[in-house]
Amino acid sequence: MPEKSRGEGMAKRISVIDVERCVGCESCMFACTRRFGSGGTGDARIAVRSVGGIRRGFVVVVCRACSDPPCARVCPTAALTVREGGGVVFHPDECLGCGNCVDACPYGAVFWDDVAGKPQICVYCGICAQYCPYDVIALEEVPNGNG
Amino acid sequence: MVTGDPLHRVLTIDLSRRRFHVEERPELFAAGLGGTGVGIRLLQELCPPGADPLGPDNPIILAVGPLVGLYPLASKTVALFKSPHTGNLGEGHAGGRSAVSIRMAGYGAIVIQGASSRPVYLVIEDDRVRFRDASALWGLSSGSTVGSVIRERETGSGYRSIMRIGPAGEKRVSYACVIVDTYRHFGRLGLGAVFGSKNLKAIVVIGKRTLPTADPRGYRKVYDEIFHAATASPLMKKYHELGTPMNVLPLNELGALPTRNLKQARFEGAQEISGERLAETVLGRRLACAHCPVACIHLAALRVPHPKEPYFYKTSMVGYDYEPIYSLGSMLGISSPTGLLELMEEVESQGLDAMSTGVVLAWATEVLERGLITTKETDGIALSFGDYRGYIGATRRIVTQPNEFYRALANGAEHAASGYGGLDFALTFGGNEMPGYHTGPGAALTFLAGARHSHLDSAGYSVDQKAAAGGDTLSPDALADRLLGEERWRQVLSSLVVCFFSRGIYTPQVVTDALRPLGIELDADALKEFGRDVLARKHAFKAREGFDVTQVRIPRRILETPTPLGRIEESYLRKALKKFE
Repeated sequence: MPEKSRGEGMAKRISVIDVERCVGCESCMFACTRRFGSGGTGDARIAVRSVGGIRRGFVVVVCRACSDPPCARVCPTAALTVREGGGVVFHPDECLGCGNCVDACPYGAVFWDDVAGKPQICVYCGICAQYCPYDVIALEEVPNGNG
Repeated sequence: MVTGDPLHRVLTIDLSRRRFHVEERPELFAAGLGGTGVGIRLLQELCPPGADPLGPDNPIILAVGPLVGLYPLASKTVALFKSPHTGNLGEGHAGGRSAVSIRMAGYGAIVIQGASSRPVYLVIEDDRVRFRDASALWGLSSGSTVGSVIRERETGSGYRSIMRIGPAGEKRVSYACVIVDTYRHFGRLGLGAVFGSKNLKAIVVIGKRTLPTADPRGYRKVYDEIFHAATASPLMKKYHELGTPMNVLPLNELGALPTRNLKQARFEGAQEISGERLAETVLGRRLACAHCPVACIHLAALRVPHPKEPYFYKTSMVGYDYEPIYSLGSMLGISSPTGLLELMEEVESQGLDAMSTGVVLAWATEVLERGLITTKETDGIALSFGDYRGYIGATRRIVTQPNEFYRALANGAEHAASGYGGLDFALTFGGNEMPGYHTGPGAALTFLAGARHSHLDSAGYSVDQKAAAGGDTLSPDALADRLLGEERWRQVLSSLVVCFFSRGIYTPQVVTDALRPLGIELDADALKEFGRDVLARKHAFKAREGFDVTQVRIPRRILETPTPLGRIEESYLRKALKKFE
């Protein structure tokens, strides 16, 4: 496996550092789901979509770890709490499945688990970046004053 | 197979009655694995003997396999149908997002039967199938516009695949293709015409799900080994950098690049249309199929001035690969990269198979050269090797079919030659036009005897190239055995379904290791036996539909133009063909 740094110390997030090199292989999406030993893309908290047709390239949708995250602000049960340094922590036992968080994220980075009826939230582990063959994404420290 | 894996679900859609149902067929997938192994069983079950390929009885079967959605490079969908081009076994493999989308939608196979009374497109999302009116999309001038319209109208961006036909499929050109996610295709043998005959313009498949494994730890371990081999080892380098066009110069140097309807096997313009030159001058983007880190898809940025208005340009992204460079480039004597890309774009817009189109046009050029036809037949186009503008005009006419000659061309070179003469230089094998390898008897035998008459059936060109590099020259029997062994093994790969480009990674041991965490135990011997059985089923289907490998036509031209291994002897090929009986 490509050895890249895992998040330690400061709050980390996935940064999209060079989307021009994205080839749309979706290795990141499969890696995210594979954390739990499953195949497919159903558990992915990262998405790769074409920019209106693949001839124009791709966008990578992933949580950017806002310091004042709108998804947490609209959660009625504090199932999403603000992480120190930026981003959110998800507490599934508190979640009612209202879906406000999905609507609140302007990036579409709050994904949805149809089976559980709850959001899928990035845990900033960086496994997606480890499997990106073209260094499109990287696990980096959250910059100050983000979002 | 792991409990909860939806691979064994078969979705059947009846276009005549606009109904669909899902069946659980665990025994089918236990025996056939997926892909071509399941597809050929379904074809045997569903395609009545002697069925009209363009009639409602001809089923379209799309199948994926157990490795799809789980391992890298398992990115292909296999289509089985009866071919309107050869009147026999039809099989195509396409990547893009098709395989992962079908798997994520929760199916191992999708079967389309009947014919719609009016144009439709299908939207398949999980357990739901919607029949959408496509009458307003019928007749659109380009297959890529169809994709754009559907892309805007339907949901599922990022989790879907859009397969569609262009005008050629609507007009039932016997070698019309199905365009998958803009740059991949079910290219050969006319699946596009079968779509057209069913009034089926497109299929959208949308899905997102997790797939269970029996041994998560073992799964991740095998995954990492395969991923590492795909990204770090030299095995995939050639596909990764220049892509398949890296073959142009070596094949030309060898004297194996079919040129001007194979009057020659070296092209003086090869440098201009080589993978190296295209990468330097026009390569604009690289793309991957879903779950493939290799990214072999190469797009050229083609900038063309407006024909009348200054300061207006059209910039389009044209996908290029070795095969269309051969068939629309060297085979037609075209060395202008821009001209070649413009022709490729036209072929793509029309939704034609690039290989067959190029070979058909090469034959047409030679019959005109020899005076077997005049420009009356060609509708005024003075077809001439190197003149790409003439070929663009002729390509359009293959689809619009303004006269008897173009109607003949729309059914392939062999069909056209049977009416106009020039059969000796109509480069078809089992009715299918030649791929771009004049390497020697191995390539010829693959084309003649391969179940799909495709270079990818058993890659005889590779055996030839090894012989040309100083390796063994084989006896006819030994060559036949070698190719049969290879074709049997490829039945395994296309049942899993992994891309043939990854055959160096997916060795029998790796396949066994990859299947184990999915709860499937198959050792090397069992895999070998499986491949033998699948190929035997294909041969049985072909025999049932009238194919006799001992009677297959050998175009004289391939015997006349020397290969790197010298002239091919007909007696050698006939002897080798006997082994395929």
